[in-house]
Amino acid sequence: MADLSNVLEIATATHSGMVRSHNEDSIAADAAVGLAVLADGMGGYNAGEVASGIAVAMIGAELKKALAAITGELDVATGVKLVGEHAVRANNAIFQASQSQPQYAGMGTTLVVALWHDDHMIVGHIGDSRLYRMRGSKLEQVTRDHSLLQEQIDSGLITKEQARHSQNKNLVTRAVGIDPEVDAEVHSYPVQPGDIYLLCSDGLNDMVTDEDMELTLSSLQANLPLAAEQLVQQANDNGGRDNVSVILVRVLKNFPARSGLVDRMKSWFR
Amino acid sequence: MAKLILSLEGSVIREVPLDKERIMIGRKPSNEIQIENLAVSGEHACIVTILNDSFLEDMGSTNGTLVNGNPIKKHILQNNDVIEIGKYKLKYIAEAPAHAPAEDFEKTMILRPAKAAPKPATEPAPAAKPSMPPPTPKPSMAPAAPAAAKPAQPASAPAAVAATVAAATTGKPGEPHMLAAVQILTGPSAGRELDLVKNLTTLGKPGLQVAVITRRPQGYFITHVEGAKFPIINGKMIDAQAQPLHDHDVIELAGVKMEFFIKK
Repeated sequence: MADLSNVLEIATATHSGMVRSHNEDSIAADAAVGLAVLADGMGGYNAGEVASGIAVAMIGAELKKALAAITGELDVATGVKLVGEHAVRANNAIFQASQSQPQYAGMGTTLVVALWHDDHMIVGHIGDSRLYRMRGSKLEQVTRDHSLLQEQIDSGLITKEQARHSQNKNLVTRAVGIDPEVDAEVHSYPVQPGDIYLLCSDGLNDMVTDEDMELTLSSLQANLPLAAEQLVQQANDNGGRDNVSVILVRVLKNFPARSGLVDRMKSWFR
Repeated sequence: MAKLILSLEGSVIREVPLDKERIMIGRKPSNEIQIENLAVSGEHACIVTILNDSFLEDMGSTNGTLVNGNPIKKHILQNNDVIEIGKYKLKYIAEAPAHAPAEDFEKTMILRPAKAAPKPATEPAPAAKPSMPPPTPKPSMAPAAPAAAKPAQPASAPAAVAATVAAATTGKPGEPHMLAAVQILTGPSAGRELDLVKNLTTLGKPGLQVAVITRRPQGYFITHVEGAKFPIINGKMIDAQAQPLHDHDVIELAGVKMEFFIKK
C-alpha cells in the first residue's frame, strides 16, 4: 500500500456539546493509510460510547491490517468490498456485545468510513453521519442519510425546508450493531487535488446550516485545524444540543496506484 | 430519575429508582422488585422505562394489577399514579422535569423496520417477553412511518420514543444583537468600510497573511488563519488563540491598518 501521509492533510475535532455530559462520538483518522472513520453511538448510559468506540477501533485497526496484507495493488472494487466487509464485522462485534452483556442491550452506532486510494475515495456509511465534499468553493453532501427524514424527503412527503424544522431528525433507519445483519452503503468517487472532505456527526449538520459550513470551509481552508475547531464552535454557539465531531481531509496532490511495469520503472528514476 | 415508592398499609418499605430499561415485579427472587406474598404472581408485572417515560404492563398475573383503583393490562405511568399489586402499593414519582426535555433532544435513535424484529430464539433472556404497547404516534408521522406504528421489540423500542421526543427548534439562540464593522485606515482602499454581517469574515491577503473575524453570541473575535506573521491588535501581536475584539480596536494585518467598531 502506498503511504499517503504526503498526500492527505487531516484535521479532527470532537466535543460533547453544550447539553450532553459525555461524548458518544468516536473518530479516528490516519493519513498514511488514507483512512478516516467516524461513528455516533447511541444507547443508554455509556453504551453509545462503547458501540461507537468498538466500530472505530475495529475498522481502524482491522481495515489497516487487511490493506497491509494485500500484496500487489488494491483495485477500487476490492476496496469497496473491504469497506463493506469491515462494516459487517463491526456490526457483528457490537451486536454480540449487546447480546451478551445486559448493560449494552440495544446499543448501536452510525458509521461513516472513507478510504482514499488510487485517486479515488471509497465511502461507506450506515445511519445519519455524513460525508461532504468541498470542491472549488462549493460544498456538496456525498452520503445520503439512512433516516426517516431522508425517506420522507425522497418520497416527496416533505420539502428540504420543512425537513430543517422537522421533529424527527434523529430517527435513523439503519445502524451498526442493532441487528444481526447490516448493509453498508458503499460507493467510490474520483478525487481531485484541492478537494476537502468533511466527515461529521449529526451534531454538526443539525446545528449548522450547509451554507455556514461552506462559508467556514471556504474562508478557513488555509488552516484546516482552525476550520475544524470553528465548525465545532459554531455548532456549540448555536446550542450544541448533541455531541459534535468533525474530520477534515484535504487532498494535496494526485495519488495514482502504480500498477504497470512501466510505471514502476518510472518510479525508480524519479 | 423516576422512582417507585413501595409501601404496605401506609408504611413505606423502600424506594426503587427506575434506573433500568426493564424492571420486573413479582414473587420470585429473579424480579428486581420482589414481593413475597402469595397474592403476587411469580412474574406479576413489569415496568419499561424509556428516557422519561415509564410503561407498566401486567404480565398475565393471577390477581391483576390496579392503577389508581382501576385494573389495567398496559398503562403509561403518570406522576403520582398508584400501582396496586395485592395489598402492596407502588407510587410512581416522575423525574423532576428540570431540564429533562433538552436532554432528550435529538438523541439519535434507531427506527427499526418491522422485519428486523429478532427471532425469539436469539432474544436475550431478560427481554424475552412481549413488549409494552406502542404509544400512539403523532399524526404527522403516521403516513411515513409504518414501522413506528408497530410495537418495537424490547431491546430499544425506539419507535415508541419517537412520539415523546421534544420539539426541535432550529433557532439560533445566541444571535448577537450588535452589528460591527471594520474601516480600513491605511493603504489604497483607506476609508472603505466593511460590515461584519456574516458569522465569518476573512481579512488580509491569501498566501501572505489572513485573519478571520468570527461573530459569536459573546461578541466578535479575531483569529489568525495563515501566514508567518500574526495580526497586531492595538500595537500588540496576538497569538494563535482567538482574541475578543472591542470597540475601536485597531487591527494591523498584511501591512494594512483598520479599525473595528460597533455600529449598534
